[in-house]
Amino acid sequence: MGIIKTDKLTFEYIRRDEEGNVEGITRAVDEVDLDVKQGSFIAILGHNGSGKSTLAKHINAILYPTEGTVWVDGMDTQDEAHLWDIRQEAGMVFQNPDNQIIGQVVEEDVGFGPENMGVPTREIWERVEESLKAVGMYEYRKHSPNKLSGGQKQRVSIAGVIAMHPKCIILDEPTAMLDPNGRKEVIRAVRALNDVEGITVVLITHYMEEIIHADQVFVMDQGHVAMKGSPREIFSRVEELRKLRLDVPQVTLLAHELREEGLKLPEGILTIEEFVEALSRCR
Amino acid sequence: MSLILDHVNYVYGEDTALAVHALKDVNLVIPDGQFIGLIGHTGSGKSTLVQHLNGLMQPTGGAIYYNGEDIHDKDYDKKRLRSKVGLVFQYPEHQLFEIDVFKDVCFGPKNLGLSQKETELRAYAALKQVGLEDEFFYQSPFDLSGGQKRRVAIAGVLAMKPEILILDEPTAGLDPKGRDEILDQIAKLKEETGITVILVSHSMEDVAKYVERIIVMNQGSVLYDDAPAEVFKHYRELEKVGLAAPQVTYIMQALAGKGMPVDTSVTTIAEAKQEILRVLHRTV
Repeated sequence: MGIIKTDKLTFEYIRRDEEGNVEGITRAVDEVDLDVKQGSFIAILGHNGSGKSTLAKHINAILYPTEGTVWVDGMDTQDEAHLWDIRQEAGMVFQNPDNQIIGQVVEEDVGFGPENMGVPTREIWERVEESLKAVGMYEYRKHSPNKLSGGQKQRVSIAGVIAMHPKCIILDEPTAMLDPNGRKEVIRAVRALNDVEGITVVLITHYMEEIIHADQVFVMDQGHVAMKGSPREIFSRVEELRKLRLDVPQVTLLAHELREEGLKLPEGILTIEEFVEALSRCR
Repeated sequence: MSLILDHVNYVYGEDTALAVHALKDVNLVIPDGQFIGLIGHTGSGKSTLVQHLNGLMQPTGGAIYYNGEDIHDKDYDKKRLRSKVGLVFQYPEHQLFEIDVFKDVCFGPKNLGLSQKETELRAYAALKQVGLEDEFFYQSPFDLSGGQKRRVAIAGVLAMKPEILILDEPTAGLDPKGRDEILDQIAKLKEETGITVILVSHSMEDVAKYVERIIVMNQGSVLYDDAPAEVFKHYRELEKVGLAAPQVTYIMQALAGKGMPVDTSVTTIAEAKQEILRVLHRTV
């Protein structure tokens, strides 16, 4: 069993009108089976309302399945005895950095998680230091989080999660509110966590170019997994993705359009280097 | 008809130890009917600048003229200015509050003191302009999808019949199709009505695709103010100030670096495609 496993995970909620009368039932997640290997980098794509955030919130027991089961490191998320273990092993980072920072000073904020877990003081400081170093924010440890840029704040949020020594980290559109540089910083930090620390990463995003290095991509639609594969496999299916309200990185799209014009370029080009290389063979 | 910023300065907490010079000698002319992109990293002064354009903030130095009149003159009608320079904030759907979509859009024109009939005509026209179908008009705005909510919020500003529409990151958090839909609708609106649009964005790809002029802010000053092709030529400088160029720019640079004689100033996929085909056919 992988670090995260779901078996026919289904989540339904009841819609009510203003008087509280039941209007109907929405099935936000519909029989999803996932099996994520320890140490892998997983991306989840999907249009607004496709169920990807609802799915993500099941991984650290914010939501519980209506039907089916979710296991994190072998623990059933519905088993209350493991609730805190699950929350510690599967950390979550959300979209808005301003909603996730509570400390007056960066290092205090990062220390909040381990402190709550009852980690001895000396070890808290060690964890704060290593976490801030892992996201490249150590030199800001004495700063007030208010004065940081969006990308810096998100990296502090990520450090706060890492300080709890999780086995996996789930990021729900962590770059949606950031400028280009902020996006780059955050993605670089996330990749380093995966490569260097071996932390399992689940990244949810609307920016296609952020996931070209993922091991596996899941595309959600109407609560179920509509497409699954490597980034190259997924991004080779430009028209299908468009039907699901998504797109592909610019370089992939340019190659796709040139291919339609008759150039002999392969589908699923992911990087500028690949594109230049493939085009040079066309000349 | 134009909006002119003349040596505009703004200092937060002036005369205190915490003073921050957020706008430094900003000079801009915004003529009628342009589609402008405003870019800059977080904290570069974009939002401060935008809030000066409709008089929400008053410069600590310099002046702002709308159609020749100083908007901070004592007897200047600021309420009218705010109906003419419409500002759509980030995540505008958080500001929806009425029980149905139509009432929400009526709120602005009603507050301008217009008759019931005129208010409703404007609300109807505005909802059509953002491409919302009739079936949603009497639904609660909270039951709509993220993209639809955002259209309703934009319609609420359009119903004031602004001459300048400023949108602060109108596509943040939307899926790729939702991004394209909103921006296509805004481009169409601009074509049909000749309204001036200022798009604040973190997406260089979107800016390159839609606007005719880009204003780049850095540390409170205007760093560049030019056509997209010109601005993105400075992609290395843009990177230094926390920005970037569209991926297309990097692709063209890489091709040129390999000795392919392409024009590196193209900024959109459509242009890049044409340019690559042109060069290949010539050399084949």
